[in-house]
Amino acid sequence: MVYRGPYKVRVEEKDVPAIEHPNDAVVRVTRAAICGSDLHLYHGMMPDTRVGMTFGHEFVGVVEEVGSSVRNLARGDRVMVPFNIFCGTCWYCARGLYSNCHNVNPNATAVGGIYGYSHTCGGYDGGQAEYVRVPFADVGPAVIPGWMDDEDAVLLTDALATGYFGAQLGDIVEGDVVVVFGAGPVGLYAAKSAWLMGAGRVIVIDHLEYRLAKARTFAHAETYNFCEYDDIVMHLKKITGYLGADVAIDAAGAEADGNFVQHVTSAKLKLQGGSPVALNWAIDSVRKGGTISVMGAYGPMFSAVKFGDALNKGLTLRMNQCPVKRQWPRLFEHIRNGYLKPSDIVTHRIPLEHIAEGYHMFSAKLDGCIKPLIVAGS
Amino acid sequence: MTYTSERPPLPETSEQLRARIPGWGADLDPKDRPSVPKLQWQEDRTGAHWEFPERQPEKWPRERSIEHEFLTPVFGTSCPPAGFSGMLRKLSYRKYSEGRAAHWLLLLAADRVDAWESHIRSLLTLRPDNPITQTGVLSEFSRHGVSSRFGKKRADVKHQMLDPVIVTGPWVLVGGLVFAAIRRMLRRGGR
Repeated sequence: MVYRGPYKVRVEEKDVPAIEHPNDAVVRVTRAAICGSDLHLYHGMMPDTRVGMTFGHEFVGVVEEVGSSVRNLARGDRVMVPFNIFCGTCWYCARGLYSNCHNVNPNATAVGGIYGYSHTCGGYDGGQAEYVRVPFADVGPAVIPGWMDDEDAVLLTDALATGYFGAQLGDIVEGDVVVVFGAGPVGLYAAKSAWLMGAGRVIVIDHLEYRLAKARTFAHAETYNFCEYDDIVMHLKKITGYLGADVAIDAAGAEADGNFVQHVTSAKLKLQGGSPVALNWAIDSVRKGGTISVMGAYGPMFSAVKFGDALNKGLTLRMNQCPVKRQWPRLFEHIRNGYLKPSDIVTHRIPLEHIAEGYHMFSAKLDGCIKPLIVAGS
Repeated sequence: MTYTSERPPLPETSEQLRARIPGWGADLDPKDRPSVPKLQWQEDRTGAHWEFPERQPEKWPRERSIEHEFLTPVFGTSCPPAGFSGMLRKLSYRKYSEGRAAHWLLLLAADRVDAWESHIRSLLTLRPDNPITQTGVLSEFSRHGVSSRFGKKRADVKHQMLDPVIVTGPWVLVGGLVFAAIRRMLRRGGR
């Protein structure tokens, strides 16, 4: 897959990636996914997204080649690769902030390295391809447990880990009312994870009925379509006894709908780092002293966020790219215990050759698409 | 009741939720969650066996944020800056920190220039850009483009009509300008 400019991608033959550092591996991709945050690149919202780049930060595959200093992986290993590229030893990695690694992204200090996520995130090609270069192969990837299939594993490389992390950053305690904005994969997983942390009520807001239906069945959530209400914030206040939710999770990010002007100035005209509609609704609908967890991705440009309200309400705002690998052991347990089945949200499997149609379908939300997987080499 | 000290009642008790939702409360203790506490020292270093990583060879003068003291030991090599867009990108990285709006605005401008440079360059190859196949617009027919959108109470229908304008608008504009320029030249040549 190669980016050709906003709203355009195509499949091209590129050289198979080479080992460029002694701790690199080259992985043959078996499953990849399109993530909602790939759409920010696809729509031309993330600065320094260059024509010719291959996207894809959610992928699993088989190790094809390893560099001379790789000790923990061998050719033929079936591996899952977290979307963060990280060294394991810098100030940030040493303290578990893998998504903020300082040794992998020369293009910026405000964000770490991410596969296939523009040069702002380091200029690494991603996994919507047959082969991908995996730096720090001893640190990032893990061998997929024998009992786990590739389709569950690929969802652990970002979407599930991020949703779970979003719930964690909400600091949920028993009985909390949690509202999740956005019923895409991350929102669905965040809603599901909120129950694991003891939420007393989980509410999901979206405008796509098929996603809300999934939130009800997959995530046991109470759902509302914001298009059915003049003022969704007012509705949320009413149904929470005029107090507001204890925790709000923004799982929509830069592409949030719901306000025409905000959408046009951000997603269309690229004048903001992202449409802050979901974030502003979160600020407005959470109770005073509540917590907001931001899992939706935003670009580095400024966004018109209602910061004064956040200040006056005494809110705690928490956010980060998920340090994926820290979540894995616990998530493995939950999957084994039957509490989570990640691949339940997969709706489409698309051959790599048809990825342009896949991007359009996902971007335009056609055909009930929630999570499309890319099947390489088919 | 918000105006007293009691919190509004929940529709279900914890016991009812535990019975209904698989895994309810499995991570109830906030102190026993994977990323808590923040900044916890990672003894295992996740398998790293270096204090500072060996440095990746720099094959061309790799652009970097001036907020970095030096080129990071590992970096991506996807698309080296080239053409006019490359000049804009190099300027942005050389001159402005990430705290300056100029840094990001120059990069966004370079992205637009890059797209146009690449379109024009593609016209000189055996595989020019194809707005039909590359936008995936054919999935409108194979993936229920109409029934997915209408009668579904979707917020995005209002602005999705802008997408074709944004994609095709610049092409139409440039085509019109080229057409006008050629006509003007022909008229001058005919005099």
